[in-house]
Amino acid sequence: MNSRPTSLLIICFLLFILIVFYKSLNKTSLYEPESKISNIPEFTSKIFFENRELTSKQIFNQNKFYLFNIWASWCLPCRDEHPLLVNLSKYEQLEIIGLNYKDDSSNAKKFLKELGNPYKKILLDRNGTIAIEWGAFGVPESFLIHKGKIIKKFIGPLNIGSIEEINKFIK
Amino acid sequence: MKILKIFIIFQIFFCFSPLQSGENNFQNKITKNLRCLICQGQSVYDSDSEFANSLKIVVKNKINEGLSEDQIYEFLIGKYGEWILYDPQFNKNTYLLWFLPLLLFLFGGTIVLKKLIKKR
Repeated sequence: MNSRPTSLLIICFLLFILIVFYKSLNKTSLYEPESKISNIPEFTSKIFFENRELTSKQIFNQNKFYLFNIWASWCLPCRDEHPLLVNLSKYEQLEIIGLNYKDDSSNAKKFLKELGNPYKKILLDRNGTIAIEWGAFGVPESFLIHKGKIIKKFIGPLNIGSIEEINKFIK
Repeated sequence: MKILKIFIIFQIFFCFSPLQSGENNFQNKITKNLRCLICQGQSVYDSDSEFANSLKIVVKNKINEGLSEDQIYEFLIGKYGEWILYDPQFNKNTYLLWFLPLLLFLFGGTIVLKKLIKKR
């Protein structure tokens, strides 16, 4: 009589493990962090091609859409998304700000000369600490910003789908 | 020559300073509890990826700013979520995780105890 609740509990426990394992099988092992950042982080950065520093408040100071793009010349997916950024730079209501991540200045210049410069401003992140302030963990990553808020984050290179999403926000 | 000697003594003193070593130990303790997000299975301390190296600098800067271990974890959880930590924090989402081993232990213990009492 006494063994009945015990075996029932064991069966329940085994079922619980089975459900957990079954659910985990359908989950991807690649983790994308759930960023809780909605406001623009505060930082100061040197500006590429210019010998001055700007704060984040000075950079994102207008009431327009900004696309903050983290890139590097050594990053191959950045090369793939670059033509899309060049197209986006033609939009009047959108300003593209680049963050050159752990890059060599001369290589970055070559990259822009070869593929075009879609950026209104390029910030320098020599040791990768500014990217961490944004909750980024790789390149490329992009953030759509409006009225001082991050409204969309794109992990990885931008594609046609992400351009359509940006268009929906802007128009 | 005298200046050089003083310089060398200063160098040796600061290289082996227990204060510096304590700071490094503290930094290592924190980075060992941080998950490298692009090289899963490795801690930030063990990894040499670009992300991990940047995170080590951030942790060092935060220690220099005077932030405590918990404050540094809070800062990073805000950026990357709780997944960044190897040791999950104690909150409503992790109650089961923390208490399940204890419950299983109590459950197993009760069964063993009951059987022992029955035998006697």
